[in-house]
Amino acid sequence: MENQWFTISVYSENNVGLLNRISGIFLKRHINIESLNVSKSEIDDVSKFTIVAYTTEKWVHNIVGQIEKQIEVIKAYYHTDDETIYQESVLFKIASGLLFDERQIQNIIKDNNAQIVTVSRDFFVIAKSGRRNEIDEMHDQLKPYGIMQFVRSGRISVTKDEMKISAILKEF
Amino acid sequence: METVKEKKKGTDSKKTIKISGAEAIIHCLLAEGVETMYGYPGGAIMPVYDELYKFQDKLTHILARHEQGATHAAQGYARVSGRVGVAIATSGPGATNLVTGLADAQIDSTPMVCITGQVTRQLLGTDAFQETDIIGISTPVTKWNYQITEASEIPEVMAKAFYIAKSGRPGPVLIDITKNAQIDAFDFSYEKCTAVRSYKPVPKPKISAIQSAADLINSAKKPFIVWGQGVILGKAEQELKALVEKSGIPAAWTIMGASALDTSHPLNVGMVGMHGNYGPNVLTNECDLLIAIGMRFDDRVTGNLDFYAKQAKVIHFEIDPAEINKNVHADVAVLGNSKETLGLLLPLVNENKHDAWHNIFKEKYKIEFDTIIKNDIHPTKEGLTMGEVIEEINLASNNKAVIVSDVGQHQMIACRYAKFSQSKSNITSGGLGTMGFALPAAIGAKMGAMDREVVAIIGDGGYQMTIQELGVIFQHKVPVKIVVLNNEHLGMVRQWQELFFEKRYASTVMVNPDFVKIAEGYSIEAKRISERKDLKSTIQEMMASKEPYFLEVKVEQEDNVFPMIPSGASVSDVRLK
Repeated sequence: MENQWFTISVYSENNVGLLNRISGIFLKRHINIESLNVSKSEIDDVSKFTIVAYTTEKWVHNIVGQIEKQIEVIKAYYHTDDETIYQESVLFKIASGLLFDERQIQNIIKDNNAQIVTVSRDFFVIAKSGRRNEIDEMHDQLKPYGIMQFVRSGRISVTKDEMKISAILKEF
Repeated sequence: METVKEKKKGTDSKKTIKISGAEAIIHCLLAEGVETMYGYPGGAIMPVYDELYKFQDKLTHILARHEQGATHAAQGYARVSGRVGVAIATSGPGATNLVTGLADAQIDSTPMVCITGQVTRQLLGTDAFQETDIIGISTPVTKWNYQITEASEIPEVMAKAFYIAKSGRPGPVLIDITKNAQIDAFDFSYEKCTAVRSYKPVPKPKISAIQSAADLINSAKKPFIVWGQGVILGKAEQELKALVEKSGIPAAWTIMGASALDTSHPLNVGMVGMHGNYGPNVLTNECDLLIAIGMRFDDRVTGNLDFYAKQAKVIHFEIDPAEINKNVHADVAVLGNSKETLGLLLPLVNENKHDAWHNIFKEKYKIEFDTIIKNDIHPTKEGLTMGEVIEEINLASNNKAVIVSDVGQHQMIACRYAKFSQSKSNITSGGLGTMGFALPAAIGAKMGAMDREVVAIIGDGGYQMTIQELGVIFQHKVPVKIVVLNNEHLGMVRQWQELFFEKRYASTVMVNPDFVKIAEGYSIEAKRISERKDLKSTIQEMMASKEPYFLEVKVEQEDNVFPMIPSGASVSDVRLK
């Protein structure tokens, strides 16, 4: 079996220590978590972990089984990229002078459908959401002008299929 | 904190239902039916020990001599009684000393609740004296863990702890309680936990899966059952026996499943795995249907998975969905409690006999008997063998003893040759392979089944890992029988060194103390034998004793355990010598 990208979605209670418990399952198998996002979900009082890992389907199947059996986990799923709509967000902090002196910067912002979040005397901040390759491309375009700070979020995704969490919750 | 103030002010003397967190813990334990617990006091758990002192007529606390001993005793107690074992320790080193027992209970699905003291809430994270992040440390080796930082959380969390430990696939739970939560007073009331929103302990069996399983069983020509501890944990011994007898299917067991079906049952064909019986191992690769019941296809059972039962359809009866397709692909997975699923299966299975197929097991047994078993239990050479000691214990106990084994050669020999006539009689560290398990586990087993004979079979290596627990046997006169099979080596490692490392015996030769003197130091009756002529009479004397008894048997130093599936080999490649 070949390695591929998987997005693991975990619906859970919002409890201290659960992140440690879930990350330990990856650690145990020596698998790196490529990206992680924790947020609230569509259901009140239910948290959602979105985890990206590069591994085989057999292992992701086992990992999801072991995540799901944790007491505070309601349900866990794994999906391939084709089965999800996903993106990441990024912030670039850049020296303000460049915004006014380098016309090319404005073109990069426009071409990448990015937004200027704030402009101050010393710096301005650009935000962009999209696929990893789009973000990487924009990063490469801005890099020659000097990036003061760069940060990229974990992947967030929704699945094309329905996730019947409310129905599952009723079964407990 | 408010409640403490109120109490100090003494403004409302009627509200004496307010009790301290420490006292609440005791009431929780009593409400859960706990009678015996094992532990070791220390600074951060002292308020609870103070309450244990007050409640000593209702709750027996056994002072282990090391916290690891407390966990193994709690495990032995749980395994033999089916109840939740309880261990208690202080923060820091007290807590970290529980880790081996937690890991052992986790991998062998033993219901256990461990309670640890923790530094007071305000000191958390400050590297305070005896502070350790036991929640972080114990997370991978617990079914659930939780840190209580406020007294008012105690009843609900304790109820949840017991519910989680014993329900579904059982396992260990650790509850860490900060010192302020033990001291503070609050309004106590207790309600047992019966459900947790995100936790489904027992999956509902699918009738379609059971029907598919029955269809496969009814059409199979060479079906083979391998059962594990899931039969014992699910209390499905009668259902297993009924299934085996109705279907006529030969059945073998994993080390954790031993004793669920009488050793003498004609269709009980023995143990699978690395040192299991010859027939069950090689015929795994000849059966056309493998029916796995409450077992998890551990690598010590399967050998190389690429060559494991590839010719067979597989039915997997299992309570834990995460075990399905983890190691071996299941053609039919039947989820649920084994008692329920086997009960549903039974009426759908045709009465049958598989005599020709069963005869192949008997033929393989004969080969194994002639090459190995005969020499193990009826040796003609001068030195004593481990196998003949086990056989004498069978005879002297009428196959009724609880056998608690440690880890290594003696464990494999004990599991191979001990005869069982009732369930929950084989207590051993199967998954983790924890040397030092047996002595404390035997203490717990005896206390969990006072009406049964408990015999600990231990090697000279493992014995010295928890030998301090002789102190418990001495103090409480726990009438366990301790048999140390002394080959003056770490025998299993030495065997591997002989077979796979060209006899380079690196650090496996044991220089042992006088074990008899040590036992006598604890006022335990002790004997040492090294000749066959003394074996039967001494074991009879030991089994007849009503007191604790220590017996050291000097056995052959370089005997090996066979059959053996070398690590990474196929079950077909089991070696007979």
